[in-house]
Amino acid sequence: MATEEHTGIGASVLRKEDRRFITGVGRYTDDIQISGQTYAAFARSLWARARIEKLDTQAAAAMPGVIGVLTGTDMAADGLGGLPCGWLVKSKDGSDMQQPEHPPLAHAQLNFVGDAFAIVIADTEKQAQNAARALEQSIEVTELTPIVSLEGAADSAPIHEALSSNVCYDWEIGDKAATQAGFAIADHVIEVELSNNRLIPNAMEPRAAIAEYSTGTDDITIYTTSQNPHLVRLILAAFVQLAPEHKLRVIAPDVGGGFGSKIFVYSEEVSVAWAAKKLRRPVRWTATRSEAFLTDAHGRDHLTKARLALDSKGKFLAMHVATKANLGAYLSTFASSVPTYLYGTLMAGQYATPAIYVEVQGIFTNTCPVDAYRGAGRPEATFVVERLVEVAAHQLRADPAELRRLNFIKPEQFPYETPVALVYDTGNYEASLGKALRHADYEGFKVRKEEAAHRGKLRGIGFSCYIEACGLAPSQLAMNLGAGVGLWESAEIRVNPTGSVAVFTGSHSHGQGHETTFAQVVSNTLGVPFDQVEVVHGDTGRLDFGLGTYGSRSIAVGGSALIRASEKIIAKGKRIAAHLLNASVDEIDFSDGVFSVQASNQSATFAEVAFAAYIPNNVPTDEVEPGLAEKAFYDPENFTYPAGTHICEVEVDPETGKIDIVQFIAVDDFGEVINPMIVEGQVHGGLTQGIGQALFEHGVYDESGQLVTGSYMDYCMPRADDLPSYVVDTTVTPCTHNPLGVKGCGEAGAIGAPAAVVNAVTHATGTKDISMPLHSEKVWRSLQRKRRAA
Amino acid sequence: MQIQLTVNNTVHRLDVPDSALLVEVLRGQLGLTGTHIGCDTSQCGACVVHVDGRSVKSCTMLAAQADGQEVITIEGLAAGEALHPMQDAFRNCHGLQCGFCTPGMIMSAVELVQRSPGLTEAEVRKGLEGNICRCTGYQNIVKAVLEGASGMNAPAAS
Ligand code: FES
Ligand code: FES
Repeated sequence: MATEEHTGIGASVLRKEDRRFITGVGRYTDDIQISGQTYAAFARSLWARARIEKLDTQAAAAMPGVIGVLTGTDMAADGLGGLPCGWLVKSKDGSDMQQPEHPPLAHAQLNFVGDAFAIVIADTEKQAQNAARALEQSIEVTELTPIVSLEGAADSAPIHEALSSNVCYDWEIGDKAATQAGFAIADHVIEVELSNNRLIPNAMEPRAAIAEYSTGTDDITIYTTSQNPHLVRLILAAFVQLAPEHKLRVIAPDVGGGFGSKIFVYSEEVSVAWAAKKLRRPVRWTATRSEAFLTDAHGRDHLTKARLALDSKGKFLAMHVATKANLGAYLSTFASSVPTYLYGTLMAGQYATPAIYVEVQGIFTNTCPVDAYRGAGRPEATFVVERLVEVAAHQLRADPAELRRLNFIKPEQFPYETPVALVYDTGNYEASLGKALRHADYEGFKVRKEEAAHRGKLRGIGFSCYIEACGLAPSQLAMNLGAGVGLWESAEIRVNPTGSVAVFTGSHSHGQGHETTFAQVVSNTLGVPFDQVEVVHGDTGRLDFGLGTYGSRSIAVGGSALIRASEKIIAKGKRIAAHLLNASVDEIDFSDGVFSVQASNQSATFAEVAFAAYIPNNVPTDEVEPGLAEKAFYDPENFTYPAGTHICEVEVDPETGKIDIVQFIAVDDFGEVINPMIVEGQVHGGLTQGIGQALFEHGVYDESGQLVTGSYMDYCMPRADDLPSYVVDTTVTPCTHNPLGVKGCGEAGAIGAPAAVVNAVTHATGTKDISMPLHSEKVWRSLQRKRRAA
Repeated sequence: MQIQLTVNNTVHRLDVPDSALLVEVLRGQLGLTGTHIGCDTSQCGACVVHVDGRSVKSCTMLAAQADGQEVITIEGLAAGEALHPMQDAFRNCHGLQCGFCTPGMIMSAVELVQRSPGLTEAEVRKGLEGNICRCTGYQNIVKAVLEGASGMNAPAAS
């Protein structure tokens, strides 16, 4: 039960941020009003692929209320640069990936339905939208043949004429020869063909941006729904060249969920900022849900062939994975890294498979760009590994839990170097599996299955023993692998003279509760009361730099930076305390917010030292400057490796194909936990997105490239009555290389759940594979096929 | 057109376009931005308010249709500093993360409990079918609604 009293590390402290949200006074981007504001709407491609022949803006410009119509041609004429991709991936032959031009507003060719080619500014939102619709009707284009399906895209004519093909890169990792050798001596070879369905992120707050230009100072302030405002500023300055960095301030106020989709820099915030400067009026835009479906970077979308070699006892010998990954029409900000370094490197899973070889083709199609969505590469990898293991257990008639156990990396094998470039620092996979089996009453499954059979139901149980690499990332390693920026995080702690503390973090909170957990960490470390710690984030004007929140990195990297900054505060505090107490620095101890002289009863509280720090007489000015504020950067030594076991139990109605999840258990090892209540909430949310992928969600384009799942009527979101109550538990092996021993928890649910659900359903039906999402019709058909075959 | 709305116990005489939706008037003209817009097909429930005691998706109702009626939004739910028991329960049970769906969830939940006290977990899940949350997985929302329900049914002193 949550408590108000105990507020340290490990306590389920209620959230500081909640009061404003439950009373309706949160401040999201669209809630902000600026005097003199105008409204923007975007004219977007109605075609999947078309060449722009003529765009006459006069009629639209003359429509009621329209203040300006700006096109891609105007933007190019102003010399604005394209949207970059931040990770350079190389192909097998050493060549760089192919990068198409990505102008924020298209001026020559339209490459997916929703691709923006003009921005209209008007007095009201409706007027802007009416004029944008008029432009969409009047633009003259030559329609070109779109390449929509991932299946044949690699061999089709390139969608971008400047590129040699639709293959962005043909990447590999692992040892091909060793893998082949493993297959050569195998007693069993398991093969699967899998599709990982395209998902549409659907944070409940649609993307939005407001830009205000100050004629007096030439500054542009942008409010936007971003998970990393500093990255937006960097890209706008260095790549788009909208304005120099010191003339840009990017504020991400309350942000209503992100799940990856708000990491990226999109056409719209660039265009809104550019228009505000050009028209010298504040410009605002908020996506409709329809625009969100069409243009928020999508997730997943893989086709994979995978093989697993086993010896006669069921030991894994080798694994080979070949994947085609859909990148969509352009390279979104981190798109290239997701199906490569966040995917291929995870193929060892929790297993000591000695040889692994992974090949990935990143492929362009005339669809919305695909980039990181909760889990980003790691759910896809887990799905491959855990489906292979499940099918292996089925074909070898082995117990799926036992087969996993047999192949686990054992606790004494850590640190464990995988064949795909990662070094796992710690873990205990047996422990989480064991705990999950007890929660699931695995022993009792047989009886439950028989009982269900009496009711005409097929009951199945499915496992997913996942691993993820989080805490992105050791900068040197990441940059060696092609990352365009280091992946450290920054923190600043400012102690006010009265002893209260302001914490500035580069991590961004959009539901994660950092205002609470980061305050817990600092309150605990400095011994300052929890309610005296204020966490500030999401504003480039208030903190120096930061890399934001994604890849479950906030507590592992951002939290570690807080510890480093706190250590500096304590070190300086000791010098001031020594001066105050007439002792030498090495005689000063610090604990629970009190500086004391060893072997004496002399002491000064943290607040007394803070106050002294601002009174020059009380500061040893020959040693330190007045004031008590410190900054720190933390660059992780390694990734963190959260891991765990998810068990799903289902009942399938053979008459209808309807699936009921009757229990779902998640036992995760996140290392140390700062706030168990918040961690549990993150798991619930992640599981729901994972179950959504397995059972409901699917972004579908027709052959002409129209998105047929472009609203909540066609794209099935998980709702309260679709889901069970989850059983969530943890095991702990502390991370060995960061000061808090934490690993991160934001993505685990979405990573582990899909395989657990699909494995449970195929276990129930006895069919080898049903592609996600497991709509009841598909399940029913697979049962019919099986019946006919029998 | 001219309409009269009583919003959170304050009477407003407003001049609104015929086509203005209730949510647009609440957010735009009255600055009550606690009511959110999450979709354009009346499916997410981020915009739920109470109109004459019934929960209504304010993106689906013209402001004109609410003429002369009493509207309560999330901003009007608490009695001064004292939170409504449902608001308290959402905080106590960690029934929110990003907070975007929260106002609509709470308004839906309050009416759900008023309409049928003594709800079971399954009934709460069914009753919230019109509200989408992408963050919480609903489990803690369901818990909050059940806890909020006991708070609402308990005597005011508690
Ligand atoms: S805004 Fe989605 S239902 Fe009203
Ligand atoms: S709390 Fe974020 S959508 Fe519900």
